[in-house]
Amino acid sequence: MSQDWEVVIGLEIHAQLATRSKIFSAASTSYGSEPNTQACAVDLGMPGVLPVLNREAVRMAAMFGLAVGATVSPRSVFARKNYFYPDLPKGYQISQFELPVVAGGELLIEPEEGEPKVIGITRAHLEEDAGKSLHENYDKMTGIDLNRAGTPLLEIVSEPDMRSAKEAVAYMKKIHSLVRYLEICDGNMQEGSFRCDANVSVRPRGQKEFGTRTELKNLNSFRFVERAINFEIERQIDVIQGGGKVVQETRLYDPDKGETRSLRTKEEANDYRYFPDPDLLPLVIEPAFVEEVRASLPELPDAKRRRFVEQYGLPEYDAGVLTAGRDLADFYEAVVAAGPDDAKLAANWVMGEFSGALNKAGLALEDSPVSAAALAGLLSRIADNTISGRGAKDVFEAMWAGEGDADSIIEAKGLKQISDSGALEAMIDEVIAANPQQVEQYRAGKDKLFGFFVGQVMKASKGKANPQQVNELLKQKLDA
Amino acid sequence: MHELGIAELARGLDAGEYSSEELTREVLSRIERLDKTLNTFITVDAEGALAAARGADERRAAGQAGPLTGIPLAHKDIFCTNGLRTSCGSRMLDSFIAPYDAAVVERLGANGMVNVGKTNMDEFAMGSSNETSYYGPVRNPWDTGRVPGGSSGGSAAAVAARLVPAATGTDTGGSIRQPAALCGITGIKPTYGRVSRWGMIAFASSLDQGGVFARSAEDAAMVLGAMAGFDERDSTSVEQVVPDYSAALDQPLKGLKVGLPKEFFGEGLEDGVRAAVDAAIAVLKEQGAELREVSLPNLGLSVPTYYVIAPAECSSNLSRYDGVRFGYRCEDPRDLEDMYKRSRGEGFGAEVQRRILVGTYALSAGYYDAYYLKAQQCRRLISEDFRKAFEAVDVLVGPTAPETAFGLGERADDPVKMYLSDINTLAVNLAGLPGMSIPAGFADGLPVGLQLIGNYFDEGRLLAVAHQYQQHTDWHRRAPEEQS
Repeated sequence: MSQDWEVVIGLEIHAQLATRSKIFSAASTSYGSEPNTQACAVDLGMPGVLPVLNREAVRMAAMFGLAVGATVSPRSVFARKNYFYPDLPKGYQISQFELPVVAGGELLIEPEEGEPKVIGITRAHLEEDAGKSLHENYDKMTGIDLNRAGTPLLEIVSEPDMRSAKEAVAYMKKIHSLVRYLEICDGNMQEGSFRCDANVSVRPRGQKEFGTRTELKNLNSFRFVERAINFEIERQIDVIQGGGKVVQETRLYDPDKGETRSLRTKEEANDYRYFPDPDLLPLVIEPAFVEEVRASLPELPDAKRRRFVEQYGLPEYDAGVLTAGRDLADFYEAVVAAGPDDAKLAANWVMGEFSGALNKAGLALEDSPVSAAALAGLLSRIADNTISGRGAKDVFEAMWAGEGDADSIIEAKGLKQISDSGALEAMIDEVIAANPQQVEQYRAGKDKLFGFFVGQVMKASKGKANPQQVNELLKQKLDA
Repeated sequence: MHELGIAELARGLDAGEYSSEELTREVLSRIERLDKTLNTFITVDAEGALAAARGADERRAAGQAGPLTGIPLAHKDIFCTNGLRTSCGSRMLDSFIAPYDAAVVERLGANGMVNVGKTNMDEFAMGSSNETSYYGPVRNPWDTGRVPGGSSGGSAAAVAARLVPAATGTDTGGSIRQPAALCGITGIKPTYGRVSRWGMIAFASSLDQGGVFARSAEDAAMVLGAMAGFDERDSTSVEQVVPDYSAALDQPLKGLKVGLPKEFFGEGLEDGVRAAVDAAIAVLKEQGAELREVSLPNLGLSVPTYYVIAPAECSSNLSRYDGVRFGYRCEDPRDLEDMYKRSRGEGFGAEVQRRILVGTYALSAGYYDAYYLKAQQCRRLISEDFRKAFEAVDVLVGPTAPETAFGLGERADDPVKMYLSDINTLAVNLAGLPGMSIPAGFADGLPVGLQLIGNYFDEGRLLAVAHQYQQHTDWHRRAPEEQS
């Protein structure tokens, strides 16, 4: 991108709320069922049926609002967004328009490149999801699956505060982490539980007015968000530099071709004819409800990270990795609580061997074969010098394979480190006696030979000698 | 038997003079004989009715009968009935069978009432004459060349013709009160939120309210008491105890403060109607009511206000009829747009299409503020007028309609004139108040209705006033001559 252009990006994120039933009906929200088996008369928009608001969806929206420092509106209004589409059963979507349930929050992001930055959150509102149109397997027809119709969504609208695709991705990741922390969304992007549209425009650096924006749809991974935005930035700059004008339109991202293409222009856009839904009374939220929700909020990622730095003395980087997900942070703290007094050791193992093994096995943390207590048991043996770091890796592998706890594996495999100085001294004496030439050379100043002696002692101990102790004793004897 | 009201029928059933099955057979045979002319029913469910009647007889034999057990009634075809077609008077729903009962159907059924069928109505309740029905117009039993009023014309005419002792209706702008007036029977539309709208097909959600037609206030009190009450499936239904309407009927009129809104008695009121209404008011006065003139200065705004809000809501409510999941779908659609256009163009009649167009326009970008928002402001002004009036009086009284039943086809081509039929009733819906129409005599042989309007949740008082009036008059006992 040219240095002469400034990019302006705002995101609209749709997070499916993890309620058990739908936002306006009692039907289940479970994913993956046979088409139209999770849709009741209300979801089908049958004549005479009426919506009843799910209190749990409101609670989740309020949690999000409080977590981003926003106002949970004492009074918000559901409105109808009217348009015809076969998978929109009523011919309107119940959403919120003028008065959303959450207004005016903010979020600190730390993009991979550039400075940390506060992104404004304009609003977040509750709405119902539509169904799905199925175009495959139907000859000249379209199938309609209304299982998803009526699933609660929280649409989170940012201010146009982002200035690069990297910032947009950092913001989206932060929201993604937050909704999972709050346990209000499972964050599953493949299943569409967490979706994103991006509004993108460019303007010559220094210009005050925003350029004409386009809205990008179908950005269902962090990678696609970055690629689609970068493609769109280049496209818009090319259009303007070629003497053209950016047209306000909705564009669809094609991940196969890595490009965006026009879906509909502003002129073709629907007039949604929003008006307050007369079937639903205004949503009134009492201060007591807000306080109840506030009291139930978990520790949020930023606060947890700060605490990890202060309480455990961890580097910023470690604290950030460990607090990216609430489950990993909880696991780490459980390891520290049950293990030796060495929080950095625990961090190294949780971030290193443990996370590596999970990734390699493709397992979720909750399915890990090694519990926090088990890992803590291993760390205790490292800390009290029962085993060496090398030995510990073998023990961990055996634990992962289900061979028992650290102590029984150490015992069974004879991995216990030799820290008995009498035994070590005897071995060292033998090594010195067996290598008189090298001893002479070393004492004559060939310091490099020290490693040779260590190696010989370790070999003699079959790798079980405590290396630190070997170093100390060898030095004493050779330098004597 | 057909001359008897609910209270009398209940006594006969209790005394074993006849069974509910016999009563239901009598009802079905009268419908069979008389309804070819009147066309008050869209669907008659003889089999279901007789089964329900036998069930009621068993309950009675087991000593489990309530006051409504075994009493036949009919439902306006806007209330969904599980397993029985619910057409809403439209080709769009000609083949629609709901898999659920409306709350009203459920509650009255649970009280043992026997549903004999579904009554004719203006298509989607949009009309004041019952002429917009896909199933043809209903004829007024007092003069079969005239309309019964609408939109609940089938229910009103069926009760007036003594086909059924009671029938349900809905009232969005006068659809219970105006046909009750034109057919010479008692009809009540309760406070918005008093009766659940669950399963009642929506026309204009913020105005629609279910109610009942009967021969007398006493009968209406029994049925309304069974219909009313909070329902968690309707977010606009109100959680407030339903009083025993029947027990309160005997409150005397002495000291009752009756307001006469002068706007109801102005230009456009037919002389015969005025005379009948004046005479009715004189009866109230004789019984000790205190009369006061009051004013509802913004009443004139109610027609334009209503004809923005109701179409706006209807344009959205009727979007679900798209030919995709249920209801009418055109033959061989070329593509999606063709399917939408032809399914809706062929499935909806002219008046429904007109209102959808008007409502879509009123909600459109650039017009919303000028129409919909302005109408909402007017609505508040109208409600405020009523609030002030009820600071001074207990009930408001006036003519239900400014005229008696007009001829079939007379206004079919003049929608605006048709809309003016509801000039006295619309404001009550806009304010959400309870309203009632009771027979108050005749003008040129056609019934005249007296409208009673109460404060919020004051249905009990309206019913008591009506009952007291009916203790001193016999208009409600007058039946039209049978025409078969």
